[in-house]
Amino acid sequence: MSYSKPKFKEKYGNFINGKFVEPVSGKYFDNHSPVDNSLIAKYPRSEEEDVNNAVDAANKAKDSWGKTPVAQRATLLNKVADIIEKNAEEFALIETCDNGKPIRETLNADIPLAVDHWRYFASVIRAEEGSVSELDSNTVSINIKEPIGVVAQIIPWNFPLLMLSWKLPPALAAGNCVVLKPAEQTPSSATLLMEKIADVFPPGVINIIHGFGPEAGKPLASHSKVNKVAFTGETTTGQLIMQYASKNLNPVTMELGGKSPNIFFSSVMATDDAFLDKAVEGAVLFAFNQGEVCTCPSRLLVQENIYDAFMSKVIARTKAAIQGDPYKIETMVGAQASKDQYEKILSYIDIGKKEGAKVLAGGGAAKVDVAFENGFYIQPTIFEGNNKMRVFQEEIFGPVVCATKFKDEKEAIEIANDTLYGLGAGVWSRDAHQLYQVPRAIKAGRVWVNCYHAYPAHAPFGGYKKSGFGRETHLMMLNHYRQNKNMLISYDKNKLGFF
Amino acid sequence: METKVARVAITEKASEVVEQLKSKYGSLIFHQSGGCCDGSSPMIFQDGEMYLDNSDVLLGELCGVKYYMNRDQFEYWKHTHLTIDTTEGRGSSFSLEIPLGIRFIIHSRLLTEEENKILNQ
Repeated sequence: MSYSKPKFKEKYGNFINGKFVEPVSGKYFDNHSPVDNSLIAKYPRSEEEDVNNAVDAANKAKDSWGKTPVAQRATLLNKVADIIEKNAEEFALIETCDNGKPIRETLNADIPLAVDHWRYFASVIRAEEGSVSELDSNTVSINIKEPIGVVAQIIPWNFPLLMLSWKLPPALAAGNCVVLKPAEQTPSSATLLMEKIADVFPPGVINIIHGFGPEAGKPLASHSKVNKVAFTGETTTGQLIMQYASKNLNPVTMELGGKSPNIFFSSVMATDDAFLDKAVEGAVLFAFNQGEVCTCPSRLLVQENIYDAFMSKVIARTKAAIQGDPYKIETMVGAQASKDQYEKILSYIDIGKKEGAKVLAGGGAAKVDVAFENGFYIQPTIFEGNNKMRVFQEEIFGPVVCATKFKDEKEAIEIANDTLYGLGAGVWSRDAHQLYQVPRAIKAGRVWVNCYHAYPAHAPFGGYKKSGFGRETHLMMLNHYRQNKNMLISYDKNKLGFF
Repeated sequence: METKVARVAITEKASEVVEQLKSKYGSLIFHQSGGCCDGSSPMIFQDGEMYLDNSDVLLGELCGVKYYMNRDQFEYWKHTHLTIDTTEGRGSSFSLEIPLGIRFIIHSRLLTEEENKILNQ
């Protein structure tokens, strides 16, 4: 089964105060598809004035939206989920065209997961309760959650609709109004969503601004009428956003990079069964989404007594991955999201070779069909080396994994934690003790145990160390978007006696 | 174009972009970002935009623009030499070259034994 490039209008607007509007300056930028580098459409090159308009619209809407009954907010979130689900194929195609990822991923992962996140927050907001404590027989403390106000959200290009769906539903469920800036590389699915849900929410509740980081992102992140900033991206921009937030004394949440270890203990090869097959796939998941995932299992740690046998299976499975036309349902590895991303990955493959890492699979650009030769394709690449090499330490954000061996549990944990980051990790074993002790010893916010790359809405996700702070998905996310109102009530008729 | 031992260098093409940005924005700095989507790239900002302290290492100066990197990251990078170049593309960061439709990018090589002796010992 095969699809083809979807149709687009010539240009699109920002979505502010319930309508699509042109950018104030009248300037647009061209957005290209990484599949074949063809033009998709023009999107607004927004500037400070556009951001001000969006923030003003959100501020105007926040009081009444914040007082909307939770049942109504939940109903609207569910409505969005239904709309995305009904148009799943259209969203999947747009996402593949804009990002380069294969259609089998957008149809089976991005879009269904996005739908589920909207439904999850529609559910939990209704099941939640505040708290009441009797501090003494005359004193009662009541905690009520109140929305924080206007939230700025800046999202990345690797899972455009899914990252939007991680960020918008909890903020809206908690009663906030939002100004969201999609990445300029992938503005399309956010725009399509707003076309389809334009009338679902009152004007000003959701506002979408397109444009470049220095021109639109910075005025949004530093805006004095924004009450909270949520960011997914890299460390330098994260630091800048925290600086701006410090001027406004705003809370922030940061989801930054990773260099996740995926650890395979010898027991995985104790029998040749379905679990071994699953484990081999788990190692090859470094190529999922072309490696453009902050939790990409980009360091492969294999116990030395199974290293050769296990690696030969991983290499064979990697080489069998079908790469090319992202619109074909059989394709497993598509295009990198942009030219600069493509160049950056090739540059890392180059330094890996110069540092003496051995290429076990791939190792360069991929040859694809002539129709896609202007697109950005890189072979899934396996390096073998040691953890001090730069390819083991830096987030490449491409389909590149670096393999090394370890002697025992102690060494596995040492290598796993020898990194600046702490976002994700994988632990694979048939030993029940290892399955508990090793994940507890790894300094990362999410440890997948005998699985990898699962992102259910019901499990919290976020980083340790330089991977950021705050959690996404899960109901604990709601508190990142709320203030706690404590009402401290005295039922005592008598005065204190001080005055 | 290097006359002495240095950790960083810049291509002709990239230095033209730096000059163009300097004439528009005045004094600038480079900061080498860490991981994730738009990361692992040199980012250029107006001097004073980013709070720098002794957790940032000064790697060198290119076209009068100081090049910094976080110290933790530097520990893993210090055995390599970086050349700043440009490529067509975009990023979501706040780096000032992005509206031009290009990104700064680094090419790396290992420091030679002699360079390593001078710079790291």
